[in-house]
Amino acid sequence: MSIFTLKQSKPAPKAKTGILGWVIRNLFSSKTNTVLSLLALYLLYVILPPLLDWMIFSADFSAKTNAECTQEAACWSYIGEKMGLFMYGLYPLEAHWRPNLLLTITLLFALVVRFSYLFKDFKYKVILSLFVVYPLIAFFLLYGNDFLGIKIIETNKWGGLMLTIVVASVGIVASFPIGILLALGRQSKMKTIQFLSIAYIELIRGIPLITILFMVAVMLPLFFTEGIEFDKLLRALIGITAFQTAYIAEVIRGGLQAVPKGQHEAADASGLSFTQKMVFIILPQALKISIPNIVGSFIALFKDTTLVLIIGIFDMLAIAGLATSDTDWLGRKTEGLVFVAMVIWVLLYLMSRYSKTLEKRFNTEH
Amino acid sequence: MKTNDIITIKGVNKWYGDFHALNDINLTVKEGEIIVICGPSGSGKSTLIRCVNFLEKFQQGSIVVNNTELKDDVKKIRQVRSEVSMVFQHFNLFPHLSIIDNLTLAPIWVHNKNKQEAKEKALQLLDRVGIRDQAEKYPNQLSGGQQQRVAIARALCASPKIMLFDEPTSALDPEMIAEVLDVMIGLAKEGITMLCVTHEMGFAKKVADRIIFMDEGQIIEENQPEAFFNKPESERLQLFLDQILSK
Repeated sequence: MSIFTLKQSKPAPKAKTGILGWVIRNLFSSKTNTVLSLLALYLLYVILPPLLDWMIFSADFSAKTNAECTQEAACWSYIGEKMGLFMYGLYPLEAHWRPNLLLTITLLFALVVRFSYLFKDFKYKVILSLFVVYPLIAFFLLYGNDFLGIKIIETNKWGGLMLTIVVASVGIVASFPIGILLALGRQSKMKTIQFLSIAYIELIRGIPLITILFMVAVMLPLFFTEGIEFDKLLRALIGITAFQTAYIAEVIRGGLQAVPKGQHEAADASGLSFTQKMVFIILPQALKISIPNIVGSFIALFKDTTLVLIIGIFDMLAIAGLATSDTDWLGRKTEGLVFVAMVIWVLLYLMSRYSKTLEKRFNTEH
Repeated sequence: MKTNDIITIKGVNKWYGDFHALNDINLTVKEGEIIVICGPSGSGKSTLIRCVNFLEKFQQGSIVVNNTELKDDVKKIRQVRSEVSMVFQHFNLFPHLSIIDNLTLAPIWVHNKNKQEAKEKALQLLDRVGIRDQAEKYPNQLSGGQQQRVAIARALCASPKIMLFDEPTSALDPEMIAEVLDVMIGLAKEGITMLCVTHEMGFAKKVADRIIFMDEGQIIEENQPEAFFNKPESERLQLFLDQILSK
């Protein structure tokens, strides 16, 4: 028999904990890792100092005119000067309050939806009515309505970030339900519907967005009798929605196929109708599985909206080019592009973070 | 009292491609009868009970459930399914819904019960299967045995006339089988019509009115439990009983 005395616990060896330990474990654990880490550090050393210098340390934030501004580094007062253009395009200055108000309403609605569990009993009624009311409010505020006494502002005046967001969100919101229907159609046992769904999806996926935009911009008007003006932005929205729908349908189909067969059987066996089965059982699970891909697809769409430039609609990126034509601010294109890149990056990063929280919220597998 | 025929299966044939899965099945089940179906894997026993609520289609023959003939007619199928509940081998609970929502979904949407009524009944049934305290949890937070008991409670929520059990204990760890069987034995004593595909011979002995042995898509032998186990007539059944009882 042996008896062991209780030993005191000892502190861990130094190099393995703390910052130094982390660095050694993660950056210099092997020869390859060391080489790659050093390479990365060198690249950062080459890129970061001049970039920071251009963007911040030598940059000019306060100059009033282009001539006063430094030529060696960024001149951010150019962005300040052109902010209205970047945000709203040629949307009249006196009407800027309209998109601003819409943004406020949007955030308010988002809060209502987020905290809808507080009024559980009529949660779905509230959310549904918001979904019906919101597009109307958005349309009346942005476009205007004679009857309500809101001055009409034609869509050719719209531009900048406002337009980018309008195009992206209409594309996202409209393509989502149609995409679900197409995905279901593709799996339908009714051969005609299945064939039409597959034909549509495969046709659209085989065409670049730019081609579709050209089609709706140039060819679509040919189908209408002369004299009927078909709004250019509306045409772009139709094109983008038609495009996005096919991708969303495929993403959701993946989710539908990942739902186990047993779920269909359990729903069928309990007597639920096809629609009830889809709405209550299959789609919630399929969509949950598809969240990362759906958001990925929306992020791609957000970036693709910059292509509307080619049919003469001025989204934020197009504005960055347009703004350089101001002879007072020649040679400041880089600042504009960097600014646009930063804004879009922030928006997309938020989207991707939001998708993470959604995934967590819907995860019932604790 | 066991007089009314509640299920009548006549000359049912089913093929998967060229494979003859059900070969000329004839079976009549009276109201309140407990039928246990056993047989080697691939013998068509699951397929047979899945034909009763039309989860599987069959090419020939007819099945009449509570005076409704199963045809490829959505209304009739839903009618039958609202009277027949099923418990699956892999539970098939809805993972995105809490236990209580799993139980109340069909009563609310298929049987048009109001929410409060459905919820009360669900809690009652959960109480009966011994897991009322888990009502707000999600399926994946429960053990296999608990999940299967929830599945049984869910099946009962629809106040079915007939319960189908498709190997309800086959996916469970040994120590959890008993808790599920206990619930099933309790049910059997209440006079609900049950069709159980199972290998639990102890359960069959205890509660079955008739035991059916299937092989190669056919009913080979059908008898009362006593005779079924003590005097099996066909060689195939003797062999099968030797195999599973010698374990």
